[in-house]
Amino acid sequence: MRVLLHVWRQAGPGATGRLVDYEAADISPDMSFLEMLDVVNDRLTVKGEEPIAFDHDCREGICGSCGMMINGAAHGPMKLTTACQLHMRSFKDGDEIWIEPWRAKAFPVIKDLVVDRGAFDRIIQAGGFVSAPTGSAQDGNAIPIPKQNADQAMDAAACIGCGACVAACPNASASLFTAAKITHLGQLPQGQPERMKRALAMVHQMDLETFGGCTLFGECQEACPKGISIDTIAQMHRDYMLATAIRREESAIGGTG
Amino acid sequence: MTTKLEPKIPAGPLAEKWDKHRFEMKLVNPANKRKYSVIVVGSGLAGASAAASLSELGYRVSCFCFQDSPRRAHSIAAQGGINAAKNYQNDGDSIWRLFYDTVKGGDFRARESNVYRLAQVSVNIIDQCVAQGVPFAREYGGLLANRSFGGAQVSRTFYARGQTGQQLLLGAYQALEKEIARGGVTMHSRHEMLELVVVDGKARGIITRDLVTGAVEAHVADAVVLGTGGYGNAFYLSTNAKGCNVTATYRAYKKGAAFANPCFTQIHPTCIPVAGEHQSKLTLMSESLRNDGRVWVPKKPEDRGRKPDEIPEQDRDYYLERKYPSFGNLSPRDIASRAAKEVCDEGRGVGPGGRGVYLDFADAIKRLGESTIRERYGNLFEMYERITDENPYKQPMRIYPAVHYTMGGLWVDYNLMSTIPGLHVIGEANFSDHGANRLGASALMQGLADGYFVLPSTIGDYLATSKPDKLDASHPAFSAAIDDVNARTAKLLAIKGKRSADSIHKELGHILWEKCGMARNAKGLREALAAIPKLREEFWSNVAIPGSGAELNQSLEKAGRLADFLEFAELMCTDALHREESCGGHFREEHQTPDGEALRDDENFAYVAAWEYAGEGKAPVLNKEPLEFENVHLSTRSYK
Amino acid sequence: MERAGLLKFWDSSVGKKVVMGATGLILVAFVILHMAGNLQFFAGAERFNAYSHLLQVDLIEATWILRLTLLVAVVLHITAAYQLTMRNRAARPADYVKREPQVSTYAARTLRWGGVYLLLFIPYHLMHFTIGNLHPAFARGQAYGNVVIGFENVWIGIFYLGAMAFLALHLYHGTWAMFRTLGVARPSNDPLHRRLALALAIIVPAGFSLLPLSVMLGLVR
Repeated sequence: MRVLLHVWRQAGPGATGRLVDYEAADISPDMSFLEMLDVVNDRLTVKGEEPIAFDHDCREGICGSCGMMINGAAHGPMKLTTACQLHMRSFKDGDEIWIEPWRAKAFPVIKDLVVDRGAFDRIIQAGGFVSAPTGSAQDGNAIPIPKQNADQAMDAAACIGCGACVAACPNASASLFTAAKITHLGQLPQGQPERMKRALAMVHQMDLETFGGCTLFGECQEACPKGISIDTIAQMHRDYMLATAIRREESAIGGTG
Repeated sequence: MTTKLEPKIPAGPLAEKWDKHRFEMKLVNPANKRKYSVIVVGSGLAGASAAASLSELGYRVSCFCFQDSPRRAHSIAAQGGINAAKNYQNDGDSIWRLFYDTVKGGDFRARESNVYRLAQVSVNIIDQCVAQGVPFAREYGGLLANRSFGGAQVSRTFYARGQTGQQLLLGAYQALEKEIARGGVTMHSRHEMLELVVVDGKARGIITRDLVTGAVEAHVADAVVLGTGGYGNAFYLSTNAKGCNVTATYRAYKKGAAFANPCFTQIHPTCIPVAGEHQSKLTLMSESLRNDGRVWVPKKPEDRGRKPDEIPEQDRDYYLERKYPSFGNLSPRDIASRAAKEVCDEGRGVGPGGRGVYLDFADAIKRLGESTIRERYGNLFEMYERITDENPYKQPMRIYPAVHYTMGGLWVDYNLMSTIPGLHVIGEANFSDHGANRLGASALMQGLADGYFVLPSTIGDYLATSKPDKLDASHPAFSAAIDDVNARTAKLLAIKGKRSADSIHKELGHILWEKCGMARNAKGLREALAAIPKLREEFWSNVAIPGSGAELNQSLEKAGRLADFLEFAELMCTDALHREESCGGHFREEHQTPDGEALRDDENFAYVAAWEYAGEGKAPVLNKEPLEFENVHLSTRSYK
Repeated sequence: MERAGLLKFWDSSVGKKVVMGATGLILVAFVILHMAGNLQFFAGAERFNAYSHLLQVDLIEATWILRLTLLVAVVLHITAAYQLTMRNRAARPADYVKREPQVSTYAARTLRWGGVYLLLFIPYHLMHFTIGNLHPAFARGQAYGNVVIGFENVWIGIFYLGAMAFLALHLYHGTWAMFRTLGVARPSNDPLHRRLALALAIIVPAGFSLLPLSVMLGLVR
């Protein structure tokens, strides 16, 4: 098959970018979307032109490296699928395909389709962890965890940090990413001691990184390749409100507020 | 000029070695830890857990990864689980049994003392991960669930759905981010290590390239830790991530670190077959599918074009059930892989290129019903359909073996230190604990054992005893190494040839897969050893790398990694040629039993082959570390 | 300097959303009551004027408390909405050449413009029926007659119906979002499904619209 690509090309972080057209001929429907780009890149390379830069690594939908807007949808038209697991059979011969990088102030473009998602790491740094230094743990079975909680924690923990939620959100909000971590750790007994602090710190960092706010469009949930639910956002709001109330009490009695 | 390999195995009974050793090692005073700096390269399970744990102890840590975030290392893709000798199921497991299974599974080519320590530490790993909030599967009573895995006779595998690697890595990553926030770790993402710097015989730093700006930088430390994973991508097609590479370990090899058992690669039997020339990587389907699927190919080569449901029962060859009646479709990884290759070599393989065998669920669906099968394997079936566009409920899956893991790696002693003092190697990057074949769910265990528990203890002993001098990047060794890196980059960019690095890499992969893959023989290996230098020449004269070195340049990254694979591949074949026996993942066709099984030679090859770089154009020097088995009895693996 | 808890709460995007949700709850309750009250119009002039008298004279103190509450709620709702909108705009300085909404509803996407329409509508509505200065023949105490005369101009009726259309959209997204924003929504297999919000979005604007419609269609005079 043959497709016509409109790909965002941008030489560097400050440079002005534009859409450049490429014709991708002799494409097999069995190719993954990234393999189709490999073919285009190989042809560009042989011609001495710079190939299209894009992030990718595991190519099995779990590392979260790849991510691009494909025809206006994060990771393309297939639900619950990353760009690397999308196959060309989702397109028709002769289709036009628009490919753009994730766009958000907090995700500056580095080159072409590659963006800097360091903001996500900094949100985790703010509190997306349990402080359990190596060696300090008790027996793994010492605290039973109801299966339902473990399962719900796992649902939220499935986040691969790809940034599709931000990319798809009309507000470029990182609420789903942040809420997924708050929900994952908040469902587990190990996450309780730092739960309030975590909610305050992670939300604060999310704002500092210049992500937008949540308007509950629902686009993030639809774009999420791991199907993380916007229910996690309700959980984040609950924790944040509670944290604000409790921390005020704590400071009033001279606690850690 | 052979190096004397000193494994530094502590004396005393096996079960007491680690305890005793921890007492005998020198400690660094808590107040002094701040004075020592450690570089950790790689942020997978081993690297991230080591960086976080070292920082918690008080060392100043710098951590490097080539990905955009430390959360993306390929440990994340491990599906099945992590072993630990908890014996929560009361089914007779013990540290000793895990130790024994690992040594035997590795076909008696691993160091007893290391494996025993691994089994000991395994129980702490689970505790640590639970404390970090890893959402392991639980039973209704709230306790941890286990499953049996990889043919083990006990249920000792802990798991988090089909995403165990991801969850363990995120646990380590979160611990790492916690330490970054605290200021204990400086993280350098999108940085690739391109050279190791050795000063006065000790590893004292690395040279990196900032993959965004192209800046080549020197980093100085008192010790260097490599947790840079395996070299499976030498084969181009593997289940590894696209970025996995041998560069860090190979650069260290060229600076004097011995490379052990490079020919030990694991081929996983259940992967989705290659669909065409465009294929960029292979996808693993969990081994658990073999619990209910039956493996077969047509009896007659002329039937391979026919639709599977048109081939009558009597014209099908269920070859695993035929050859290994007692283990059947559940035969171990190396055996199942080789058997698939054999039937395909006979021209009976199915699918594109005739490189595939059927994994058929029709009987299981008939017996258990489609809903039971959907419950057990639904997500795997979906993944298969997404990739192949074939519905495995209606027609048999097609599978074929693929390169998956490398047991070989830099040689390390009991303290996980390489032959270069101060250079420590952890996780898949070292040759470690798996011998010639790794058991399922053991890679995660080893990575975390090294990173959380072993290295943080042993590195203190090195720092306390060696007392490294003060040093900064103005030392001539660093400027020389920077010059080397810049010269190599300039040389690559100057080629301006006509072929992409990928096309040459594919060719290398083809050579290795054919000659140094599931079955090897002297003739093929010699052919490979002749072909690889020619391909290397082609690379250095005809590779095309557009763009410059002062920007994000993925072509340059690929070419640099391929340049090292092209040299390393020769070392792999050299090792495979020298090891005149069959063991684990290394099957030499000349050495098999009359009925086609692997024939080990304990008399002559019960050793670790640690290769030492001897200089440009010279044959590497072989050093041998004899393996002594004082606690397990060497026996032949049989799955008939 | 570390800001105090409540200010920090207000500064945060989540805090502002919670304020919008809480004020939204007040406003939703108000429109339901207001609509229910309005329906007394169809019980005849006497009944409707008596209801108006009750609010304007007998319970005037309570009415003022309600008015002040609503004023504060509206001001907070709008301030938070405005500030969040500005932040959200800033969060994506360079927009996509092509972006296809996948699941977001028309209601969600028009929420802000609908809000602006309602913001223009409310003062007009107050000056029309409460203060009366924009009413052609306002007679204090004659609520029924004021309504009939007020809607005799078709354009005014259409302006009111437009406001109700936007109110419907606002309620459809807003009520559903409110429960999630306030963290009271229970986890669901289909979180995008909205039953209560749909019911409110139909019933409330429809109830309101009956008044102008009945006048415009000549059913009431």
